[in-house]
Amino acid sequence: MTPRLRRALVLALPAAWMLLFFAAPFAIVLSIGFAEPAEGIPPYAPLLRRGEDGALQLQLNMANLQLLLEDPFYAEAALRSLRVAAVSATLCLLVGYPMALAIARAPEGWRNTLLMLVVLPFWTSFLLRVTAWIGLLQDQGWINGALLALGLIEDPLRLLYTDLAMYLGITYCYLPFMVLPLYASLSRLDPALLEAAADLGARPWRGFLAVTLPLSLPGVVAGYLLVFIPAVGEFVIPELLGGPGAQLIGRVLWTEFFQNRDWPLASALAVVLLLLLVLPIALFQSRATRDAER
Amino acid sequence: MSAAPGTAIPARSRRFDEPWRDPAAEPFLRIEGVTKRFGGFAALDGIDLSIYRGEFFALLGGSGSGKSTLLRILAGLERPDAGRVVLDGQDMAGVPAHARPVNMMFQSYALFPHMTVAQNIAFGLRMDGVPRAAARERVAEMLALVRMEGFEARRPAALSGGQRARIALARALAKRPKLLLLDEPLSALDKNLRESMQFELQSIQERTGTTFVIVTHDQEEAMTMATRLGVMDRGTLAQVGTPGEVYELPNSRFTAEFLGTANILDGVVETTGPAGTRIGSAEFDMAILSDAPAPKPPGSRVYVALRPERLRIDRVDAAEARHGENRLAGRVRDIAYFGDFFMYHVELDGGRVLRVSQPNLRRITERPVDWDDQVVVTWDGQASLVLPE
Repeated sequence: MTPRLRRALVLALPAAWMLLFFAAPFAIVLSIGFAEPAEGIPPYAPLLRRGEDGALQLQLNMANLQLLLEDPFYAEAALRSLRVAAVSATLCLLVGYPMALAIARAPEGWRNTLLMLVVLPFWTSFLLRVTAWIGLLQDQGWINGALLALGLIEDPLRLLYTDLAMYLGITYCYLPFMVLPLYASLSRLDPALLEAAADLGARPWRGFLAVTLPLSLPGVVAGYLLVFIPAVGEFVIPELLGGPGAQLIGRVLWTEFFQNRDWPLASALAVVLLLLLVLPIALFQSRATRDAER
Repeated sequence: MSAAPGTAIPARSRRFDEPWRDPAAEPFLRIEGVTKRFGGFAALDGIDLSIYRGEFFALLGGSGSGKSTLLRILAGLERPDAGRVVLDGQDMAGVPAHARPVNMMFQSYALFPHMTVAQNIAFGLRMDGVPRAAARERVAEMLALVRMEGFEARRPAALSGGQRARIALARALAKRPKLLLLDEPLSALDKNLRESMQFELQSIQERTGTTFVIVTHDQEEAMTMATRLGVMDRGTLAQVGTPGEVYELPNSRFTAEFLGTANILDGVVETTGPAGTRIGSAEFDMAILSDAPAPKPPGSRVYVALRPERLRIDRVDAAEARHGENRLAGRVRDIAYFGDFFMYHVELDGGRVLRVSQPNLRRITERPVDWDDQVVVTWDGQASLVLPE
């Protein structure tokens, strides 16, 4: 076996994986996005059809894209989702950074245990954990019960079905995705660097800002993206904990697919959403790679 | 700890007027009873040491001897469990690392990888709020001092090991510290570079007049650079003195063997006095003579340390074999060739092996003493170092 052939074989497996589970489904979704809705199963017309003259014709329906761009409903839902994702990722960062820093600076023997504790919630069902928050937050829930018992409030606070509950839920569920990459970059930091900063006159806080924070930025970016990207399309948590107010893009997608059975519109929406997320990140990544090479 | 009075060593420091010999001189840095424990282990056990202004002091010791811990206590990165450190009249207790007029050159250099060379050197000045223009001027001055002009915009990753060492030194000196600490500063460099950097460190120290305290496990580094050195052993100072004193007049078997090479014989003091000492040995059928008085009274067991370069080796039949106050016969078992000298391993009649070094004055082919030759090892009383057991 020549080395070239061997290399090709090694690359073939991930390539086949990507083709089968990413490229092909994406192509299908993309093609549905350009189809016309129709009654029946599946609920859209094929792209390739015989015309009146019997010749094969490719008919791209741009109406879906046009509707997405023209009806502010979709743009608003997308913007709202981006904002929710940004706020959630920021909350995760604010909570996760001190956690990751504490774990990275914990005695060697403790670190693996602490990391285990961060990942531990994953061992129970995601739905169960979100539902558990309902038990905590509802009017007769544990939090209100405790506050009432302590006499701090006289009437139960409205906690469940609010933005607060939604942010709590998202931050709680996605926190490990923030802590793990942050820990990875913080634990690689040479402790002598911080000592050198202190030796040169930096108070602890300035040493953190001048040395620890900038050197952990790759971890911050990785963690932020790992939370932000799935949070944009998050459907379950806002649905179970969030308020009845304005819709998020995940909910809109669900409605278009399952309630309106408008597969072409839903597909177009999915593709636009994907591009909205992927393009800025790809740009950022290529810039970061160029910076790192320099 | 230092050499006994009256035993003056000719090798005086050329660069320094030896303030430690003046009882009235005020030490610049006083370390008093400093103790540090990690768990049950005493890393430092009651260290007392005075260091004078402008000194280049070396803390020499093996790993685990506590030398790095002492340096970190001086920097304020570690807190002593007992004792105190007084620098230029100011008690350093409770002064955190960032507020001490002390800077350190770290073993790994600890240059900030995300900053340029100029930003690294200016870091301490920035923390002190030095105006930008003044800081830039100081950075240029420091780069000139370490001969690294033109490297301002480079990142540490784009520098060689020697260049990194220079930048680390420049950064540590930029704030004009009262005390500069160097933690094994040259251990990452190869031999030739290390030697040239040793001279450079010395010359920079002389030009800036800063008091240097260097930690090293490399005895050659300590001997060539330091005005004085302290040999550390398991958390204590085994001996403090000029390189000449510590090498020529070690006060213990540990120092004699740690600094340079020493053959150790044992014996019992028979007579001792200002005129010299006679040591009886059950192992050899002769008494070992020394010029110096013994540290212990007659009847005590002692060690005699012999430096390989102070011993002479001659074939039994050579005329020179009759010289010397001390004579031991043996056979050459091994010759190690070092280029500039030979190290002979001579098996004495009793079975003990003595190491004797000879400068390489002639070509190998004309070596006067060869493998398996019957030889006589001779030395003068001056070369017998009598050490307490």
